[in-house]
Amino acid sequence: MTTTLVFLVALLTVFLGWIVRQSINVRPWAAGGLQPAETDRLHPSATAARVGLGVFLAVITSFFMLSISAYNMRMHMGEDWVSLSPPLLLWINTLVLLAGSFALQRAWNAARAGIVAQVMPALLAGGVLTGAFMIGQLIAWWLVHAGGYLLTGNPANSFFYLITALHGLHLLGGLVAWYRVLSRVRRGDHIERIRVGLELCALYWHFLLLVWFILFGLLLTT
Amino acid sequence: MAHTGHDATSYAPPAELGEMELVHPKTFIGKYIWSQDAKVIAIQYAITATSIGLVALVLSILIRLQLGFPGTFSFMTPSSYLQHVSMHGMIMVIYLLTALFLGGFGNYLIPLMCGARDMVFPYLNMLSYWIYLLAVLVLAASFFVPGGPTGAGWTLYPPQAISPGTPGIDGGIILMLVSLALFIIGFTMGGLNYIVTVLQARTRGMTLMRLPLTIWGIFMATVLAMLAFPALLVAALMMIMDLVVGTSFFMPTMMALGEQTGYQDGSPLLFQHLFWFFGHPEVYIVALPAFGIVSDILATHARRNIFGYRMMVWALVAIGGLSFVVWAHHMYVSGMNPYFGFLFATTTLIIAVPTAIKVYNWVLTLWRGNIQLTLPMLFSIAFIFTFINGGLSGLFLGNVTVDVPLADTYFVVGHFHMVMAVAPIMVVFAAIYHWFPKITGRMLHSGMGHIHFWVTFIGTYAIYYPMHYLGFAGVPRRYYAYGETGFIPDSVVSLNAAITIAAVIVSLVQILFIYNLVWSTFRGREAGPNPWRATTLEWQTEHTPPRHGNFGKELPVVYRWPYDYSVPGAKDDFIPQNVPPEQVEMMPEGAVGASR
Repeated sequence: MTTTLVFLVALLTVFLGWIVRQSINVRPWAAGGLQPAETDRLHPSATAARVGLGVFLAVITSFFMLSISAYNMRMHMGEDWVSLSPPLLLWINTLVLLAGSFALQRAWNAARAGIVAQVMPALLAGGVLTGAFMIGQLIAWWLVHAGGYLLTGNPANSFFYLITALHGLHLLGGLVAWYRVLSRVRRGDHIERIRVGLELCALYWHFLLLVWFILFGLLLTT
Repeated sequence: MAHTGHDATSYAPPAELGEMELVHPKTFIGKYIWSQDAKVIAIQYAITATSIGLVALVLSILIRLQLGFPGTFSFMTPSSYLQHVSMHGMIMVIYLLTALFLGGFGNYLIPLMCGARDMVFPYLNMLSYWIYLLAVLVLAASFFVPGGPTGAGWTLYPPQAISPGTPGIDGGIILMLVSLALFIIGFTMGGLNYIVTVLQARTRGMTLMRLPLTIWGIFMATVLAMLAFPALLVAALMMIMDLVVGTSFFMPTMMALGEQTGYQDGSPLLFQHLFWFFGHPEVYIVALPAFGIVSDILATHARRNIFGYRMMVWALVAIGGLSFVVWAHHMYVSGMNPYFGFLFATTTLIIAVPTAIKVYNWVLTLWRGNIQLTLPMLFSIAFIFTFINGGLSGLFLGNVTVDVPLADTYFVVGHFHMVMAVAPIMVVFAAIYHWFPKITGRMLHSGMGHIHFWVTFIGTYAIYYPMHYLGFAGVPRRYYAYGETGFIPDSVVSLNAAITIAAVIVSLVQILFIYNLVWSTFRGREAGPNPWRATTLEWQTEHTPPRHGNFGKELPVVYRWPYDYSVPGAKDDFIPQNVPPEQVEMMPEGAVGASR
């Protein structure tokens, strides 16, 4: 559980620090209006959608941290762990997901700059590359299976299938959001509405890319 | 008015969020079924949670009938007994208490008390309820599948949970795990709303340090739930894989029913770590909203400001943080390293500090207060008693050396029912009696309410106090029947019968409570907008019950904390949060002296 605890301690330290800052020099019982400096809002750029995404990412982080903790604990709890060597295809898949993340960033940049014409190609590229990553992961599964690393053969194999599936499911959920943004672009919605959706998509993809780096690193090093 | 320390300006900062675009459906289905109004969603949550909670209550009576009068009821078999125990526990903890406090009270109170029109993501909020309902239906379906629901205990420990021979192995356990996964997904959607609404949608002037403690409790509980529920989800998914595809995450090499299973070297202990990493914060997911709600009810009905508001907030936060580092105190007898046990005993006992701060502050709030013994107040005082009792027996169990002989005895059952069943339920009742007039516009019938209170309060003590004695006598929990067990004296048999009779009486009086809810909804005395003369924003709405959008054309502006009760010099004994200092009616100077 060390991995999860480190994450939680970091998260809760930030959270506690913020609450203490908001409350330490305040007189709650004092009635009256507030000076502008006394307001305790989050940063002006923190919109509801961004804060919502931030909270959601914290939940997913907790989920993956716990999965990683379970991985590490199971590795040391039995004497049956035989590491599997991930196929080289995973390196290519990683590059594809990186490109997908980059494409969505470009789409977001284009929306911020108000260049509507550049949004659609970059958005489509992001979706297609993500689809390619997921197909690549399925092929990796097939390769691993063909190499004799069966799902039930060893806990290391089981975890390989489990964590790649969990990551893929999160991307699949992201593709639902991606499709909604795509529909907005096709409908010709206002660029500001499109920008908000693109921003959330791009940040979510960057986050899942980071998660994949960590999971892939875990598979390579254990 | 110098004591209230207001400054001259009535400046209020601009709202974080602009006016929301609310969906105002015209049809009955749009308004009450597929509703995006947090208040309707709250009532949907409450009705669903109460309905499935009543099923769990019936199960508990069946359990008690078997324990009180073993062998008398032919429909109680060893398998059905285990199934009832398992379903009772899981339903009460997750599907009733968590859903009712966060989905029910959270949805109703967060937007109203923060001064918001609605939750920030209303569509997601609606989805949250429907997924919760689906989770409940999937769980309920397990009663009707071949083999019935799981009998693995609410903790679902492997290898027993998915081994041949355990009741519910044919389908019940899968439905339980799927239902839990659905619940967590639905809850995450709701939880996003609760957190972001508190952070982003507070009205002008509603600083964090002016939030009612109810909101602080619900907010912190949601933070805990959002971080802890993933542990249960991971455990459930891994267990599904062990069961369905034959992986060995949790399942050790073992024989079952005389045959070698295909599992190899899995770790049941890994499941316990994951389960309790969720399971212990879950105690506080239920307790923190109760702490918050009871603080507000005590202040309102004692006509006093809450004692040590900031300390109460910090204590909530401290309890929340500490709750993540105590999980292994549920595993002292699992064979873990004794030094590990010592560490967790220490963190467990440290939690007593912020918890004790809260208890002292509640008592000090009552001290020299103008206590109104209304029904919400009676239930709140009952909560304090019960929580102290349950908390003190927790100190016993938190110590490894004391826990080892008491583990898996009725002492544990008595302890956790006092601290996280009866205590929070007392607050649920207090909250319903307190906010029912706002939700329906009518008061609950006081006579029926008093019968409900006294029978429930005395009855629950008649049920759970003796269980501590049973625990000291070494009576193990989860046993269908004790038969001719040498160390169990006859007094245990008669005590079990008495507990069962008390449990039946307490359950019957809940029917009176439900009758009161229905009767008062239509026939109750008109409540008016603010029958308790309370300060918080939900009592200051233009309409009672509040309409979709909660407030009138303008959102309220907040000028003070929610605890301005019995302010010296003020004409009324309460000053609502949205009253500016210059509009507070003061008593003439001479009258102030006389009143003191």
